[in-house]
Amino acid sequence: MAQPAVAHPTVTPAAPTAVPAKLPISAVAPWAVFVGILMLVLLYFVGAEQGATSLVSGEGVHEWVHDARHLLGFPCH
Amino acid sequence: MNSATVRNLLVRGMLAGLAAGLLALVVAYVLGEPRVDQAIAFEEAHSHEHGGEELVSRTLQSTAGLSTGVLVYGVAFGGIAALAYCFALGRIGRFGPRASALLLAVAGLVAVYVVPFLKYPANPPAVGNPDTLDQRTTLYFLMVVLSVLLAVGTVILGKRLAPRLGNWNATVAAGAFFVLVVGLAYAFLPSFNEAPADFPATLLWQYRLAALAVQVTLWTAYGLVFGLLAERLLAPHAAAESRGTATQATPVPH
Repeated sequence: MAQPAVAHPTVTPAAPTAVPAKLPISAVAPWAVFVGILMLVLLYFVGAEQGATSLVSGEGVHEWVHDARHLLGFPCH
Repeated sequence: MNSATVRNLLVRGMLAGLAAGLLALVVAYVLGEPRVDQAIAFEEAHSHEHGGEELVSRTLQSTAGLSTGVLVYGVAFGGIAALAYCFALGRIGRFGPRASALLLAVAGLVAVYVVPFLKYPANPPAVGNPDTLDQRTTLYFLMVVLSVLLAVGTVILGKRLAPRLGNWNATVAAGAFFVLVVGLAYAFLPSFNEAPADFPATLLWQYRLAALAVQVTLWTAYGLVFGLLAERLLAPHAAAESRGTATQATPVPH
């Protein structure tokens, strides 16, 4: 481990530690809004649907993801 | 071009989330399911009103149902974390693509799960009063949102303090701010202690450790897999070099 570092002291500030370029906020924002909301809707169905709030009637969604909801830490019932 | 980079990172994030979800699913099935079954056995032994017809059988709940929930959770958080990564990249200090991904995953684990968990821990079946479900759900999600916003605020605060205090002291100061505000939230938000008096303490402890293990697995695997994919996308030369030096113990001096 130490040997190459001693042999090549000039190698240390090499490419792997270079800071990656920033992505402009304007390029990220549209994705963040649309895909972000879609992902939150998915999380809502796994974590809360047919618990405290209900968009789909019945108990099917709640019962299907019951174990996942418990083990992922959401309040289930 | 930048938008294409965002899309590529997002796709990789969701794939990494799926892979992490598969690992978390194994942990949930092996460590979590036996405890869920024990808790349901306790519930049925102590409940008089329970025992209606099952909508989804226990076998389906513990296999297909569990898989659906954990994998969707993995993909969804994979996507959200990849979007957060796009914002964080190059803005959080001198970290490369891989280190940034792992730092983000650790921050995600702490902010999304550990901080809310310490106040409102995961409960097995039989623990939790149905009458307080609305309140517990609201407070749980409030705690998650609060903790995530606070984590973002902490990073911004650290960045602002860094020129004056230096990186080390700024990180310590921002971390102390995070702990202080979380502590205040813990102190002022209502608590729930709804375990039945004779519910086995060991089972509750093991159940909560299993729930924590699921999340640690998910976020760690996500950070490592997504970091690898992101580095190949953003710095293919660096990725190739790090592989090259790993196989070649002593590079030829130049």
